[in-house]
Amino acid sequence: MTGGLGEPNAAAIACFFLFVSTTLGITWWAARRTTSTEHFYAAGRSVTGLQNGLALAGDYMSAASFLGIAGLVSLSGFDGLIYSIGFLVGWPIVMFLIAEPLRNLGRYTFADVVAFRLRQRPVRIAAAFGTLSVVCFYLIAQMVGAGNLIRLLFGLSYETAVAIVGAVMLAYVLFGGMLATTWVQIVKAVLLMTGALLLALLVLLRFELSPLRLFAAAAERYGVAVLAPGQLVSDPWDAVSLGLALMLGTAGLPHILMRFYTVPDARTARTSVSWATGFIGAFYLLTFVLGFGAMVLVGQDAIRAADKGGNMAAPLLAEAVGGTSFLGFIAAVAFATILAVVAGLTLSGAAALSHDLWVNVVRGAHASEAEQLRVARVATVLLGILSIGLGIAFKGQNVAYMVGLAFAIAASANFPALVMSVFWRRLTTSGAQASMLVGTASALVLIYLSPTIQVGILGHATAPFPLKNPGIVTIPLAFLVGVAVSLLFPEAEAEQRFAEVESRVHLGPREG
Amino acid sequence: MNERQDVLRALAAAQWRLSLALTAAMLVVYLGFILLVAFAKPLLGTLLVPGLSLGTLLGALVIVTAWLLIWIYVRWANGHYDTTVAALKERR
Repeated sequence: MTGGLGEPNAAAIACFFLFVSTTLGITWWAARRTTSTEHFYAAGRSVTGLQNGLALAGDYMSAASFLGIAGLVSLSGFDGLIYSIGFLVGWPIVMFLIAEPLRNLGRYTFADVVAFRLRQRPVRIAAAFGTLSVVCFYLIAQMVGAGNLIRLLFGLSYETAVAIVGAVMLAYVLFGGMLATTWVQIVKAVLLMTGALLLALLVLLRFELSPLRLFAAAAERYGVAVLAPGQLVSDPWDAVSLGLALMLGTAGLPHILMRFYTVPDARTARTSVSWATGFIGAFYLLTFVLGFGAMVLVGQDAIRAADKGGNMAAPLLAEAVGGTSFLGFIAAVAFATILAVVAGLTLSGAAALSHDLWVNVVRGAHASEAEQLRVARVATVLLGILSIGLGIAFKGQNVAYMVGLAFAIAASANFPALVMSVFWRRLTTSGAQASMLVGTASALVLIYLSPTIQVGILGHATAPFPLKNPGIVTIPLAFLVGVAVSLLFPEAEAEQRFAEVESRVHLGPREG
Repeated sequence: MNERQDVLRALAAAQWRLSLALTAAMLVVYLGFILLVAFAKPLLGTLLVPGLSLGTLLGALVIVTAWLLIWIYVRWANGHYDTTVAALKERR
């Protein structure tokens, strides 16, 4: 029962069962504490700064960043690092503009903040539209990634893998709510960082613990060009556009924003971003070593032979430096990584459906606690089924662009409205609504018209919109529309209530 | 009461100025890096010592800059900002 990549691997199966049984045990413990919506959505606001920092890291570092970036670096060298860096630089923005106001103004979703001084219904409908678009595209990318990876790593069929991920994730969220999700993300973050650190150490031991010797060995074997920018960034506008979407999209991802409600106060929210940025930055620095390590110790031909996109670079590297059992451990870590991200996404989607749409739009904020909790669980089941369905529907499709799309929508639909609602006195209901709807719609339309879909998927010769990522157009557009509509149709009440926002952003809700 | 409101206003303004300045710094550093990648490929490929290109070094420094900017913000927020907020809360 031991074998290489794609064959049943005893260590991988043992590690995976250990992870699933531990996390289901945690879920059982969490389920007995999840008795109200405050527990279900926000873990009873009892999470500490360090715990939330780890959970944020666990929620954010998807399999795409572990396997995808290591693979990209191993195949294209320096160019892969551009992504490593892009995924980190959004965190300072989260710290400076988002985390503390969010914690002080809202309860469960980012729409709480935007709707705080505006008319509830229109704002919440528009916000739910943006949130659910982001969640769906991110979920598709994760589920299709899960199906492919698990097939490659464990030799299970694609559909089985998707169904297992969906079912286990559903168990976490449905029974254990945010408390279980938080701990799954913490366990995953610790495993992922331990795995990456061990792997990097095993690599560096062969290079006298010097990353520079490793990079020099890569340059010797594949030419010094692997240490310089190559073809990935050919159009500067495209590069800037992707950069903006990665940076500002991080500050608009609903599953990340929701995590700030799990801590007791704004100061803890601040502490948790510091920890998260520390962990995530350190992890992305390690991907430099993992990528170049795989390039030298596994070799580009062997990496391409296992998977064209390079996704198997890190597992193959684990096998090369640590043998089959270490490969098993890394494979189980990759599985855990997907589970934790998918659980966070589902919970934030369920909050948009139940807290924003059902409770505040359909029921006009008059729903009993029991009803709210019941609706949240029904929404979770619906999203769980949806994610399995989407995973199977998109089998065999190239969905790599969907993570970029999710970031572009988050940056255009959620980020501008969120920032304006907290910092700009004159924002109105119509302004916020228009900004979120135009942000979502323009991102969707421009992605459809981009070379990614038109040339890459539909096979046309050219695309009507020249850029692969629409961020550089849609983010300024969402801000402009929000400002223009607000100035054209002023809303006296929204402006008067800004004093309340200002006081609460800094002082927090009144106690007692 | 009015004095209290003035303190809150001043604090909000200070917070906004610092946040905006640090956000701008991060944008400039990161987009500057991206533009170098797009326009100055040979320069970034220059080897400083064997194995270390200028591009790799600058990339790592972007991550270090993110940490540094966060450290600056946290230092200010944990000190002056939190003290003022605590004083304002007491008088609420």
